[in-house]
Amino acid sequence: MSKVLIKGNDATVLGALLAGCEAYFGYPITPASEIAHAAAKFFSLLGRTFIQAESEVGAINMVYGAASAGQRVMTASSGPGISLKQEGVSYCAGSELPCVIVDIVRGGPGLGNIGPEQGDYNQIVKGGGHGNYKVIVLSPNSSQEMCNLTMLAFELADKYRIPVYVLTDGVIGQMMEPVEIQTPVKDVPDKKWALKGTPETAPNLITSIYMDHEDLEQHILKLDRKYKEIEEKEVRYEEYKLEDAEIVLIGYAVISRILRTVVDEARKDGLKVGLLRPITLWPFPCVKIGELSEKVKSFLVVEMSTGQMVNDVKLSVNGKKPVHLYYRVGGMVPSTEEIIKKLDEIK
Amino acid sequence: MAQKLLVKKPESFWDIYERKPGEDKQSTHYCPGCGHGNVHKLIAEALDDFGVTEKAILINPVGCSVFAYYYFRCGNVQVAHGRAPAVGTALSRCNPDSLVICYQGDGDLAAIGTNELIHAANRGENMTIFFVNNAIYGMTGGQMAPTTLIGQKTMTTPYGRNSQNEGYPIKVCELLASLEAPVYLERVALTDAKHMAKARQAIRKAINNQINKKGFSLVELLSPCPTGWGVEPPDAHKWIEENMFPYFKLGVYRDVADQREPIVRAKRIMDPKEVIEKLSLDKIGLESGGITSVPIDKYANPSLKIAGFGGQGVLLLGEVLAKAAMIKGYEVSWLPSYGPEMRGGTANCSVIIQKEKIGSPMATNPKVLIAMNRPSLEKFQNDVLPGGIIIYNTSLIDIEPSRKDVEIVSIKATGIADELGNVRVANMVALGTYIGYTGLLGREEVLKALSDSISRKNLISLNEEAIIRGMECAGKRV
Repeated sequence: MSKVLIKGNDATVLGALLAGCEAYFGYPITPASEIAHAAAKFFSLLGRTFIQAESEVGAINMVYGAASAGQRVMTASSGPGISLKQEGVSYCAGSELPCVIVDIVRGGPGLGNIGPEQGDYNQIVKGGGHGNYKVIVLSPNSSQEMCNLTMLAFELADKYRIPVYVLTDGVIGQMMEPVEIQTPVKDVPDKKWALKGTPETAPNLITSIYMDHEDLEQHILKLDRKYKEIEEKEVRYEEYKLEDAEIVLIGYAVISRILRTVVDEARKDGLKVGLLRPITLWPFPCVKIGELSEKVKSFLVVEMSTGQMVNDVKLSVNGKKPVHLYYRVGGMVPSTEEIIKKLDEIK
Repeated sequence: MAQKLLVKKPESFWDIYERKPGEDKQSTHYCPGCGHGNVHKLIAEALDDFGVTEKAILINPVGCSVFAYYYFRCGNVQVAHGRAPAVGTALSRCNPDSLVICYQGDGDLAAIGTNELIHAANRGENMTIFFVNNAIYGMTGGQMAPTTLIGQKTMTTPYGRNSQNEGYPIKVCELLASLEAPVYLERVALTDAKHMAKARQAIRKAINNQINKKGFSLVELLSPCPTGWGVEPPDAHKWIEENMFPYFKLGVYRDVADQREPIVRAKRIMDPKEVIEKLSLDKIGLESGGITSVPIDKYANPSLKIAGFGGQGVLLLGEVLAKAAMIKGYEVSWLPSYGPEMRGGTANCSVIIQKEKIGSPMATNPKVLIAMNRPSLEKFQNDVLPGGIIIYNTSLIDIEPSRKDVEIVSIKATGIADELGNVRVANMVALGTYIGYTGLLGREEVLKALSDSISRKNLISLNEEAIIRGMECAGKRV
């Protein structure tokens, strides 16, 4: 089996190129800059579009333009940059434009720092822009998944005409791991609704404005039906030793990696612990967590935020079992020892 | 339909404005005396005459002209306030043979969208901007625009624009003329027949430049807004002449299309076969698998912290180690020092090597510490798990590790590297020492990993020598 040892940030660019992404627009920010570096190198090598935009706002609106042209397109940033992009993401959602946005989360609020954090959960998963919309959020936890889930992100974006986020933390972006190179996608769907400057596409209109109130209501309801379909069909998660678990650990991105070690260590001490790792943060695995809440004793959510995903877990558990929270923030990554100590407190 | 015979509409307009809500599908939504209708007509006629309607993509801004798509029979996209030049940039790059027209008002272009405008102009994007300057915000109800004149009363300058509070009106053509890239900048006015004829010429020139792929053109059109100004439509032209002409001088500010080469965009490589070839995807991979020999239990599945000062190559040491283990068939992860760990004068990385899938990639309590300088030994030695290993560089570390419950391996890494001719290969001496001591990996996969990791091929043999010397010394317990 042939593999390359690359950073998560590089793997996401590899995934994009393999998925047939034709354009990259971005603005530098740590700890996501390697994505722009790799895109500058490899998109140009393939004659595809790379522009270092004048701003995050410029970048997301270039994404809007390329998506309007019917091309697979991506941008990447980190917290402060994503905040700036939110207007454009709302427009993409409103105009039903498929695109992929990568967020390598750093410490916040404000300028925060460049350490790894997970404080962007709410602004991404709950839709940080204006209006009624949702975005699919995939959360990789390895270099291989940075490649594979980026490829999946393009597929889902086109399938549902929706912006898709790849959301992870600085650790996953900066870490090198072996990646098995996937086969390039052959058939990128032809988008008949796009604007290509051709006779066939001349009658097309891409817009999010519906002045008539009834028309806008119909548009929002149409989007909502799409979101319901996605909630039914696209939930993804990973289970680890849940069969006999009494305490369920829940975490995403690097936390899910640490929790896997915690499960193994805690089981050595006789604690029946298992891990549920959401891969899609929206749609969230509510149903699975609801089912688990019928048979386990409690949940421990671990985050690198002061508690954002924990609210979705609580909604899913719906008061049936205790939901505990452990977190570190500011760039601090919780150690397995800390989490095991917390487990001992709640067992 | 008799009407249709009398007044011939440009073909680039729809006959019936089906996209326009309400009963009236024949007339526009603009106020009496508004200049937008004229600009629309001049653009549509130009598209007709150049035969490029179906190639055209019109970017509808936020402002009164947000509904331009009611009228134009070409591709249309409605965009966020001020962002048309960014959207246009991508449309032009993605469809180099299309005709991208940004239609923007003064608030959209010269206030909220200044950044997008200046940078699209500065990149010389092959696009055309028609900038309708009427010195006021129309759609939102008559507020001050960046081009509102001194003393002009608006809803947000009720006592007149005051330069000490609001500054001066922005002269867009003059501003853009300071940039190298734009090929054509002209300011015209929609007043009498003479000026209308000039406007018509300017619009055609700006479109023609794009057809010829000459880059960025902008035409600023001083345009009437009787509603916003509170004047009767017949008086609007006079208002422009009296108030706008003295400040916004008409004329050509740049016209160099003839001197510029057409913009050429690269051919996109999308075919999977070509992608694989161009990126050498079939060559960059390393064969991984077939763990044949395993070290004794206590050296198996190590987690390592590799630390030194910046420039000692500790990240490369970790990378070569991880890559060699990958070649051997192990699961591996490599994580550079990050966040708070970066403080305290050490660069370091965590490497995990194991047969099973890796959980945490952080070696907070490593089984192995490779310390290349004294601060690294002092900082990390107490984190090493009991029964683990500390390998330390005695050339630069003048103390002994204080731990009694771990195996201590000393190596004169920098000294040996110096003997080999370059102190910078001390990292590879240490790597050799580690694999020689534990037997975790063989020489073959380490040397293969090394040659894959080092870009300057003339340095490979020196590094190889360093690894081999390290392995030999490990046996001798230097």
